[in-house]
Amino acid sequence: MLFYIFALLAVLSGAYMVLTRNLLYAGFSLLVTLLSVAGIYVLLYADFVAVTQLMVYVGGVLVLILFGVMLSSRVHDQSVMSESVNKVWGTVITFLLIVGLCYTILHANLHMLPWLQTADADVLGPEKSTVHTIGIKLMTDFVVPFEVASLLLLIALMGAAYIATDKQKV
Amino acid sequence: MPMIAFLLTLMLLLGVVIVLAYAERKVAAFMQDRLGPTEAGPYGSLQAVLDVLKLLQKEDIVPALADKGLFKLAPILIFAAVFAGFAVIPISPTLVPAGIGIGVFYLLAIISLDVIGLLMAGWGSNNKYAMLGAMRSVAQIVSYEIPAGLAILSAVMVCQSLDFQEISYQQGVLMNAFPGMGYETNWLFGIQALGIDTTNIGGITTWNIFRAPMLLVAFVIYFIASLAESNRAPFDIPEAESELVAGFHVEYSGFRFAVLFLAEYSMMVLVSLVAVILFLGSWNTPLPNIGSIALANWTTGTIGEISGNLWAAFWLISKTFVLLFVQLWARWTYPRLRVDQLMHLCWKVLTPVALVIVLLAGIWRLLMI
Repeated sequence: MLFYIFALLAVLSGAYMVLTRNLLYAGFSLLVTLLSVAGIYVLLYADFVAVTQLMVYVGGVLVLILFGVMLSSRVHDQSVMSESVNKVWGTVITFLLIVGLCYTILHANLHMLPWLQTADADVLGPEKSTVHTIGIKLMTDFVVPFEVASLLLLIALMGAAYIATDKQKV
Repeated sequence: MPMIAFLLTLMLLLGVVIVLAYAERKVAAFMQDRLGPTEAGPYGSLQAVLDVLKLLQKEDIVPALADKGLFKLAPILIFAAVFAGFAVIPISPTLVPAGIGIGVFYLLAIISLDVIGLLMAGWGSNNKYAMLGAMRSVAQIVSYEIPAGLAILSAVMVCQSLDFQEISYQQGVLMNAFPGMGYETNWLFGIQALGIDTTNIGGITTWNIFRAPMLLVAFVIYFIASLAESNRAPFDIPEAESELVAGFHVEYSGFRFAVLFLAEYSMMVLVSLVAVILFLGSWNTPLPNIGSIALANWTTGTIGEISGNLWAAFWLISKTFVLLFVQLWARWTYPRLRVDQLMHLCWKVLTPVALVIVLLAGIWRLLMI
């Protein structure tokens, strides 16, 4: 039941975000989408992912987006509105994506997946959260992707600092 | 059950906020050699209650050119975000509204929703003062989240847990009563090599700032950053009266202003509670057991019984009020920082120091086991 509420909220706000012309409203409806997706993560026993979603996307990315929209909302006394362009290509690609997703979902044979059959059991067991498992996995099985991601973020940070520096003094 | 917890927390919060609003005026008056409110009730103690009643009676004005939907939604979102943070705060060993395993992380994330509400209020008011106030506020909160987060991280590294209740249990004589920690030991200053077992001494010797002394520095960093996060002086440039009238809530009146006011004071209470839980021993008593004089046991009560709950709530709330008093004290003592001083303090002082503390906390944890 909760799942359907969250799913409905996510779909509705997502649709509103795409359809509205006002960039700022799009940003705020993205907030609702992200919150409902976080709710769905909690229902899937992925508490850490849910909170990370809030932390990174709501607390970081969305605030940045809103900040950007607000600072640049009136260029030459004209409000910035999103426009529809590339209608043909957009329709074609969306249609192809839907076909591809439907094909995959219909052929996935969901009932035979092993983790779905054990989903009724208490997934977390004695552990109160998934943090310990995630931490151990990150430092053992997935240490290389983890380090590569951190390196990528470091490069992005340095790039941002370089772009933002005042180059007058050179 | 969740409904009861919700109502109880809300009532408790309203009570604390009203006392705080009264204390703010009395402390300010004392520091400036005035009398403060004296008319309503004995020593003016009903002043805050009457202020709330007055606000509730006032007309709710929505500016004609405001973005009405956002304008009306913003106070609700701001208060909901702050109030949601209280869900994971343990009040006593057995009383916690929602004891989730990643409470600390959840709290950090949910508070960031507050920022969105501020932007919404600033934009929805369609007023340049409100807009500037919201921009300043958000820039300040987002920057100060980093030293605050690092300070919290160092406490979490020492405690090895993201659960507020587990962190609370670790800092007192009841540690071995927590499921899964039956055989843990607390050492003096956290150094096992000293060989002084403080598990049954409890009191202040097992508080986090004592178990790992560098957390004292982390506590100071967190406290400074939390002042900035709740927009308190000396970090009150978002609502600098002399420049911006009142910042992001300049257009609000009546009930909506009351909600914003409540959210601001709740934020102060929340950050103080978090500081108490992570660094100052949570609901544990400050008095240690000394030989046969078992002060810590006497002032802790029995877990699960009414004595345990009352003692724990008493210690938690009195420690919080001490921190709140320091917040008021700082407000009337320090002048407001300029924007450049603000950013200098955050990025060039607090953040590097906090990073060093995180490293030290990691090393200290190795000494503790």
